Amino acid sequence: MARMQISDYFAHQSRWGGWEYAFWLLWIVLFFVPDSNLVLLTQILIWGLFAMSLDVLLGYRGIPSLGHAAFFGIGAYSAGFLGKYGWTEPISGLLISALITGCAGLGMGRVVRGLHGVALLMVTLGLNMILFDFVQRSTDITGGDDGLQDIVIAPVLGMFRFDMYGKTAYVYVLVVVFIVTLLVRALVNSPFGLTLRGSRESTRRMIMLGAPVDRDVTLAFGVSAAIAGIAGALLAQTTQFVAPEMVAFTRSADVLVMLVIGGTAVLYGGYVGAAVFLVLRDVFAAMNPVYWYFWIGLLLVVIVALFRQGILPKLAEKWTRFREGR
Amino acid sequence: MADTVLETVDLQMAFGGLKIFERLNFSLRRGERHAVIGPNGAGKSTFVNLVTGVLKPVAGRLMLDGRDITAATPQERVRAGLLRTFQINTLFPGLNPLESMVVALCQRDAVARPSLRATARHTGQIDEGRQLLERFGLLDVALTPTRMLPYGKQRILEVALAFAMRPRVLLLDEPAAGLSTAQGVALFDQLRELAAETTVLFIEHDMNLVFKYADRVSVFAGGQMISQGTPDEVRADPVVTKAYLGN
Repeated sequence: MARMQISDYFAHQSRWGGWEYAFWLLWIVLFFVPDSNLVLLTQILIWGLFAMSLDVLLGYRGIPSLGHAAFFGIGAYSAGFLGKYGWTEPISGLLISALITGCAGLGMGRVVRGLHGVALLMVTLGLNMILFDFVQRSTDITGGDDGLQDIVIAPVLGMFRFDMYGKTAYVYVLVVVFIVTLLVRALVNSPFGLTLRGSRESTRRMIMLGAPVDRDVTLAFGVSAAIAGIAGALLAQTTQFVAPEMVAFTRSADVLVMLVIGGTAVLYGGYVGAAVFLVLRDVFAAMNPVYWYFWIGLLLVVIVALFRQGILPKLAEKWTRFREGR
Repeated sequence: MADTVLETVDLQMAFGGLKIFERLNFSLRRGERHAVIGPNGAGKSTFVNLVTGVLKPVAGRLMLDGRDITAATPQERVRAGLLRTFQINTLFPGLNPLESMVVALCQRDAVARPSLRATARHTGQIDEGRQLLERFGLLDVALTPTRMLPYGKQRILEVALAFAMRPRVLLLDEPAAGLSTAQGVALFDQLRELAAETTVLFIEHDMNLVFKYADRVSVFAGGQMISQGTPDEVRADPVVTKAYLGN
């Protein structure tokens, strides 16, 4: 019995859970619900993907970054420039943007891989600010505060034009997000994912097991950045607009908040966090368009006080208790 | 000397102006269990850090199997078969022993590169990890997070992780630290049985364990190796008695 359990342990870890099917089914159902707010739902998916990219670094590897919007922005501007200067096919545009951002991530990883703690936060934040300033000042390249305009995105697969109701955008984003999540899921369930978690738990020990810890940090940055870049590119393509705000530091802070309230290192934490954050922001902004940040702040405090490790891990724990209690 | 596996040649170490080793010539024979003893501040920890590559010597060379590894990184030394454990448990608190073992084995077998192939499909490493846990008596806690294990079990896992890497030389930094006498004896018995073929270098304060398990003993004091020999020879050496007890 024990032997069977142990041999099956890793298979069990990477098996699809019932709630996981439910999660993806929900997104399909939401599409068909009459009058559902597809624009908001698309935003949640994009932010969720962005938060998941940060989770690869923060949750699985234990490396915090306060500059993740830099990658989101690089992805967005890459896709925007492609669309503006004639490369209008969206899927290849997405892949090129991911490649560019991935390379930027590898470079960033190479720079910061020796840093820890506060120094790491400062350097990631600093690089984010430099990029933001550069984007805002280079008005002749990026359009500055007016944003990048005249972006043309061809119909997806030559058939589905991005419509004003956001139906194409929603399906396109959902499919991309689903595929990327599957890839990240496979990666974190691979020996590389296990190695990242090992380094998170004890870098000293990993070194004495011969692990190329620094190289792995660089690679994790590259993967994380590429995913963030895809999220940015999705936003640029679906809105056909890119503004410096997409590179802003507040975006780095927001995504960190979403990930933390949803829960780290559980893969879907970012999506849950993004949903809670954006839906409530929507509600509060409707109540009071100026002071909604107050309520978000209050909510943050309450959620962190109630859930500590985030919403999803807490729910998972309750569910396990409930099942064992029967 | 064909049977020397690890050797230091005129190894010199200093922190700023503070000299730790002036000229250390230490050799470890293949297959032996060799204890390093000495009072606090004798340079034992520095020695371990020099051998594992955490510290770089000021001068001198370090040879593993006749190869100069003085400039090698810690990781390169591990891949060459030089493994260590830590005096203070250095484990993966959030991983369970099975995961910890598989982490080690995937490093050993170089299958931890980014890929989409699930860990579950690396059945070779998983089976070997399970067998190792069974041999070390950790099978019943294989799926319990390491941070929740009793201290004694953590201490065994500390050794088991290094052992899983199939070391040529296993460096144990006070393996019995914090264990009761009985637990310490049990750990060393286990090591004698499992690692009979492995060359083991261990630092230990408990003289009973040292004299019971070591084939040879080196005594460090004040940054020098003041004596080396069989346990009986070392015990009879007046220099050693003086270093430990004063005049």
